[in-house]
Amino acid sequence: MTGVRLLVGTRKGAFILTADGQRRDWQVDGPHFGGWEIYHVNGSPADPNRLWASQSSGWFGQVVQRSDDGGKSWEPVGNDFAYEGEVGEHLWYDGTPRPWEFKRIWHFEPSLDDPDTVYAGAEDAALYRSTDGGKTWNELIGLRTHESGPRWQPGAGGMCLHTIILDPVNRDRIFVAISAAGAFRSDDAGDTWLPINRGLRSGQIPDEDAEVGHCVHRLAMHPSRPDTLFMQKHWDVMRTDDAGGNWREISGNLPTDFGFPIAVHAHEPETVFVVPIKSDSEHYVHDGKLRVYRSRTGGDEWEALTNGLPQSNCYVNVLRDAMAVDRLEPCGIYFGTSGGQVYGSADGGDSWTAIVRDLPPVLSVEVQALP
Amino acid sequence: MIRVILPAHLKNLAKVSGEIKLDVPEQPTQRLVLNALEEQYPMLRGTIRDRQSGQRRAFIRFYACEEDLSNESPDEPLPDQVIAGKEPFLIVGAMAGG
Repeated sequence: MTGVRLLVGTRKGAFILTADGQRRDWQVDGPHFGGWEIYHVNGSPADPNRLWASQSSGWFGQVVQRSDDGGKSWEPVGNDFAYEGEVGEHLWYDGTPRPWEFKRIWHFEPSLDDPDTVYAGAEDAALYRSTDGGKTWNELIGLRTHESGPRWQPGAGGMCLHTIILDPVNRDRIFVAISAAGAFRSDDAGDTWLPINRGLRSGQIPDEDAEVGHCVHRLAMHPSRPDTLFMQKHWDVMRTDDAGGNWREISGNLPTDFGFPIAVHAHEPETVFVVPIKSDSEHYVHDGKLRVYRSRTGGDEWEALTNGLPQSNCYVNVLRDAMAVDRLEPCGIYFGTSGGQVYGSADGGDSWTAIVRDLPPVLSVEVQALP
Repeated sequence: MIRVILPAHLKNLAKVSGEIKLDVPEQPTQRLVLNALEEQYPMLRGTIRDRQSGQRRAFIRFYACEEDLSNESPDEPLPDQVIAGKEPFLIVGAMAGG
């Protein structure tokens, strides 16, 4: 590996941060698309120079940008995200039916082996796929038209499909998560979907263990164990070892189990990272201290990682798509905050430095290990 | 020849500076001008009006000759001064956001 590239989406543009394999000295490039909300930037595992950026604004709607040179230049590609067939209705915040309405793309998940194929998760919740480099987008309609769809409801951030995980072993298997519907799995490349929420309990919905209605914030998987998923739910940190058949709580000794991101160490499948947030009504870290919590036991037992992170008067949040791990040795971990800081650790979380401090509020962070 | 002025963000997206000049056949209307604009700059599709319904996006306004034409019929002929190329057709991002 010659280095790493961080892809940072913010409220006011995208930034690209690069460093060599030591990960000590960083170059900051940006803003790209200044003034626009960049919900997500992600790179193709099959071609690291193929990047996708979700660019949107309340004025001008959704634009998709593609780079073929690692972010040096960008070209807008297709942005026609239509709901196919009958649009249908879901539940609104007040419990009344409301038609699906496209707002933006929250997340891009590039194919593991084809640079021209990429999945896109939308608000209002739907899954799209392009197989022609982003020129056209087709909805995988079986998800939105699942019989439970009329019971899905938005979370505070909207009814967003924010997590897409492509199983590296069973190539027909896809996991997605939607706030606030829950987690779903397809075993046939996205044609049909199964809610996988058994074991989740959410006190904010009338039936605590309903099939759907859970505000799942994020899922994470280690590629060597595709049947094991970790989940940061609105409240509760959870895991499954049977591809979502059953979930169990692993919050253990966390100071609070509310939060947004969750990530798995690149080389240790039982090492998991979360950033606890005080509560859903406060949305900042507990006790004014920015602490990443690490479990080396697959959950239940957690240790606070504080070295290099502010431990007083800190009241930032870390959003669901704003934490990532690299594949270097030792594993690097990165996250961005609502205060515009991007922190990195090049030693598995033992120590942290601020790579950059004063960006706009960070919405997403991805990392690429460069060959 | 119709002169069109875009808001700054859409100029950046379309990679243009200054005014855009469009040849619009027949009797120019908002719809025909936007059709010609999107034909010449396909990256603007969906950013000014909804792709499916053709409705103007909520925070977009159309001005010309010191008049707000935003709520005129899209098939109404544009003012003579715009058709004659003496005045531009302005596409404006509404003031919002503080």
